[in-house]
Amino acid sequence: MYWNSELETIDRAGLERIQLERLKKALSAGASTPFYKKVFAENGVDPAKITTLGHLKDIPFTTKNDLRVSYPDGMVAVPKRSIVRMHASSGTTGKPTVIFYTMKDVDEWAHQVARGMVATGTTPDDVFQNMMGYGLFTGGLGLHYGAEKLGCMVIPMSTGNTLKQIQFIQDFGSTVIHITPSYALHLVEEIRGHGVNPPDLGVKKAYLGAEPYSEGTRDKIQEQFGIDAYNSYGMSEMNGPGVAFECVHKNGMHLWEDYYIAEIIDPETGENLPDGEEGELVLTHINREAMPVFRYRTRDLTRFIPEPCPCGRTHRRIERIKGRTDDMMIVSGVNVFPSQIETVLMNIPEVGNNYQIVLERENNLDRMHIKVELYSKMFHGEIKELERLKKRMGEALRAIITINPKIELLEPGSLPPSQGKAKRVFDNRSL
Amino acid sequence: MPHQVSVFAENRPGKIERITGVLMRKNIDIRAITISDSGDYGIVKLLVDRPQEAVDALKEDGIAASLRDIVAIRVNDKPGGLHEVASILTKNDVNVEDAYGFIVERKKDAVFVFQVQDVRRTEKLLSEAGFTILSDGELYLL
Repeated sequence: MYWNSELETIDRAGLERIQLERLKKALSAGASTPFYKKVFAENGVDPAKITTLGHLKDIPFTTKNDLRVSYPDGMVAVPKRSIVRMHASSGTTGKPTVIFYTMKDVDEWAHQVARGMVATGTTPDDVFQNMMGYGLFTGGLGLHYGAEKLGCMVIPMSTGNTLKQIQFIQDFGSTVIHITPSYALHLVEEIRGHGVNPPDLGVKKAYLGAEPYSEGTRDKIQEQFGIDAYNSYGMSEMNGPGVAFECVHKNGMHLWEDYYIAEIIDPETGENLPDGEEGELVLTHINREAMPVFRYRTRDLTRFIPEPCPCGRTHRRIERIKGRTDDMMIVSGVNVFPSQIETVLMNIPEVGNNYQIVLERENNLDRMHIKVELYSKMFHGEIKELERLKKRMGEALRAIITINPKIELLEPGSLPPSQGKAKRVFDNRSL
Repeated sequence: MPHQVSVFAENRPGKIERITGVLMRKNIDIRAITISDSGDYGIVKLLVDRPQEAVDALKEDGIAASLRDIVAIRVNDKPGGLHEVASILTKNDVNVEDAYGFIVERKKDAVFVFQVQDVRRTEKLLSEAGFTILSDGELYLL
């Protein structure tokens, strides 16, 4: 079953023709943006001279930091009145990275997501309960539009509110859910707590996402919930969810190559690696009007699966993400860099130089603990004052990283001193 | 007015041992000790004979410590003794934030130590009411 059989099963030569044509268009649009105008000029890139896909290598990489310094709209390639949507993810030093979409971009994105959902066997007969966050985060709205495009009835629940989630699954017969793996495990326990056997609820399928998880966790969710759980891949810089999607064979994720040109590079040298070798995924968005992005360093490690897939789709599959080439953490679905936390802490005079970030999973939910040493000179002997300090730190952190960490005040000198690269992050979650 | 030594301490074994060890080595005498607990951590409050020296020694040992002004008064060790003090504070709308007491001589003298927003005003109120306000030195001469 395909959403667009012609495009999904197109031969490689045909696919590459589409890629080149779209790349050229994206390059001429990109050349009009302040950011790429400068990059192309500084690196002697003439979009008119990009006549084969092999020339893509002449274009410099784009990084998350490039998106940040282009804040708010340095990469926008269309007039403001053509933009209908923006999303944003938290940035490394306070400024978010923002992505813009035209009407066509939103529509194309919905098609792309619908394509992935159909590849897993979802049909208009399904009721889709979306338990992913709505808002600036792309996860909720991304699948929402895709499922609507496909023709499912969509229940836009967003996260949390577990009792209502269960009630709506029962009352409206939800068959497909979109959920973070940690919340899926929590939900299973809650359902059991109500004396219901989770498989009896009738949910058939879950799209997992927004946080790292192991195959073991997927197996556990499938078994305990009695459903099929699917991996997919995406990030806001590349629209959001739906960049790559598993098909029913659950063996790698088809990356929609008429939307993206994907490369796997050696993260050290930046050189392209042969098909099948593991490296960093680099993506060029060739199907977005508002904001073309060329050779984006995803920092995600994966490899292409060169063999053809029995489902008949010709778009190459990538393996589940193995890890990252930077220190980004994903906590409750939110991307957090340790440097963001450090910046906040170091702006609070009561905090000493040492801190630790500890990630735990309690009742299947992520918890972030931040341990900070109290700075002796700022201690005035009052409990109230320390409670206020904790509250102030919590609020300052939440403003930047959007999640609420638990703050623990420690005596000065109780953490190992920061010598060179002190280990700051302790991820104790068993994924 | 007397000074109390406040020490920040995580809530785990060995904290008091460390603090008292520092004071012992400096030959500092403890008159009273109390702990305010807030779950993960607490504040150990001490009345000692040489408060400034105690704070310096604790800080030198890497412990977060500070001095704080408090009110200390002598009260009669008899039923209703503390009530007299409390009545005056209530009448003048003085809020007691934290307090402790100890007995100097049974059935005779007790000391009531407490934290308030405005130490000077509270001392004045109580002294006008006839109570004996104690200073650092006097606390140890009792």
